[in-house]
Amino acid sequence: MIVAERKPIKEILAMIDGYNNILMVGCKGCVTVCNAGGKTEVAILAAALRLACKLKGKPVTIDEITLDRQCEPEFIQWLDDSLKKKDYDAIISMACSIGPQYIAEAFDNMVVFPALNTSFMGGTVEHGIWSEYCSACGDCIIQNFGGLCPITRCAKGLLNGPCGGSLDGKCEANSDEECIWELIYQRMKKLGKTDLLLEQKPPKDWSKSLSAGPRKVIREDLTV
Amino acid sequence: MKAETNLQKIIKQGQFAVTCELTPPRGTDMDLIRKNAEKLLGKVDAVNVDDNPTADVRASSWAVCKALLDMGIEPILEMTTRDRNRIALQADILGASVLGIQNVLCLTGDHPSRGDHPQAKRVFDLDSVQLITLIKQIRDEGHLSNGKKISGRPTFFIGGAANPFVGSLDLHIARLRKKIEAGTDFIQTQPVLDIKLFKVWINQVIEHGLSERCPIIAGVILLKSLDFAQHLRNKVPGIMIPDSTLQRLGTVPENKQQEEGMKICIEQIEELKKIDGVKGVHIMAIGCEERISDIIEEAGLLPRPNMVNPGSIGPSQQIS
Repeated sequence: MIVAERKPIKEILAMIDGYNNILMVGCKGCVTVCNAGGKTEVAILAAALRLACKLKGKPVTIDEITLDRQCEPEFIQWLDDSLKKKDYDAIISMACSIGPQYIAEAFDNMVVFPALNTSFMGGTVEHGIWSEYCSACGDCIIQNFGGLCPITRCAKGLLNGPCGGSLDGKCEANSDEECIWELIYQRMKKLGKTDLLLEQKPPKDWSKSLSAGPRKVIREDLTV
Repeated sequence: MKAETNLQKIIKQGQFAVTCELTPPRGTDMDLIRKNAEKLLGKVDAVNVDDNPTADVRASSWAVCKALLDMGIEPILEMTTRDRNRIALQADILGASVLGIQNVLCLTGDHPSRGDHPQAKRVFDLDSVQLITLIKQIRDEGHLSNGKKISGRPTFFIGGAANPFVGSLDLHIARLRKKIEAGTDFIQTQPVLDIKLFKVWINQVIEHGLSERCPIIAGVILLKSLDFAQHLRNKVPGIMIPDSTLQRLGTVPENKQQEEGMKICIEQIEELKKIDGVKGVHIMAIGCEERISDIIEEAGLLPRPNMVNPGSIGPSQQIS
């Protein structure tokens, strides 16, 4: 899933300064699962912003709505009803950054603010802790590394790791993190495939990644 | 073709090699590095020039290598894959050859988060194994990574690095093997302060037949003070400083610590000279490079073989 984190309230307050009628839009997708932008988080943030604005002597109206998903144009269109009913001057999206961009594209006269920082693609490792597992390089090669991704999980993205900077199995760049090459090695040992560690991995073709510019997936069999 | 550099010839003839390291200035003032380099004339076989060490910005390695060349000192160009993609790395390696730089040490480089611009975007388009492969390809096959032929026939003597003081020895030996199979002509190691642990590593290297395939130059370090040693241990990735070394430095007053550091460094060299599979030493003296020539002299590494006039030994004997 996409893991996100709420921006600091101060930053959001600075963005909405001068706007009085705001629609805050949550998302029932990934950001609900990672407790960043679901219905509950919308309610909490809206209450906090109302209170803060009131204390500053600039009260605001903030209405709340949570869409099934903000990464589907059809669901974004549901906002049309709300926008027709009331004269909102801004929308705060509590989705990953796809949400506010879809809203901006769908309603071109509407100001949109992101309330979240989109962190990464990853998953829960324990309650309240999420980790990054994929960087969407567009050409998955984890089969060569015991099913673990050194491109994402090695701070240097080494395909022929490890580097000489890890200490006691921890990463050079962040001593709280395991060195992924240590984990790859342990996996290879268990799988009886340590010989694979001797294979030289060629430079990666980054033309399938964001490096080549924003990408599209086109499925001819599904297009109309 | 392998470049016939001074370092290459010394290693080829089975002489014990001596290299050291100089750090480019954070700026354009070359006075100090020139002064330190002058003291090394005729006393060292080649000098490594750091490439933004610990991810701190310094004048570019190739430019300082050229300055050393102009002084008559053979440089080893350090190249990390941290800051340049394959386009820039290839451009710089070709450019280095144009300037007459032929020794190159291929490194991955310390992570930007450890340096003075932690906000910088990391690159790591290649890793050090891939950089070794690429430079060998340019040298031996005359083409770039995309297969395009290059003009001219650049020659290089290609180096790689190894850290003997790591957890999973098998894993790191496997990586060393990869570097050697990729085409490394020599290996320089991180500084050795624990001879026992180093022996465990070198025995593995020998057992795997790697020291026969590629000469190993062992690193040593001059610790100028207890404070500095502690700083290195905490801040610089890949440098292993044992507690016993810190304790030893701590037993002498502050103004005597550099001398104690000298003794430690020279003792390490003496020990390393006796170890099978060690074909030379690489001296690091961060922040006290002016002492490198003293270390070389006191460790009995002089005179250096003169490979410009093969057969003769050292500049002093040449004159007589």
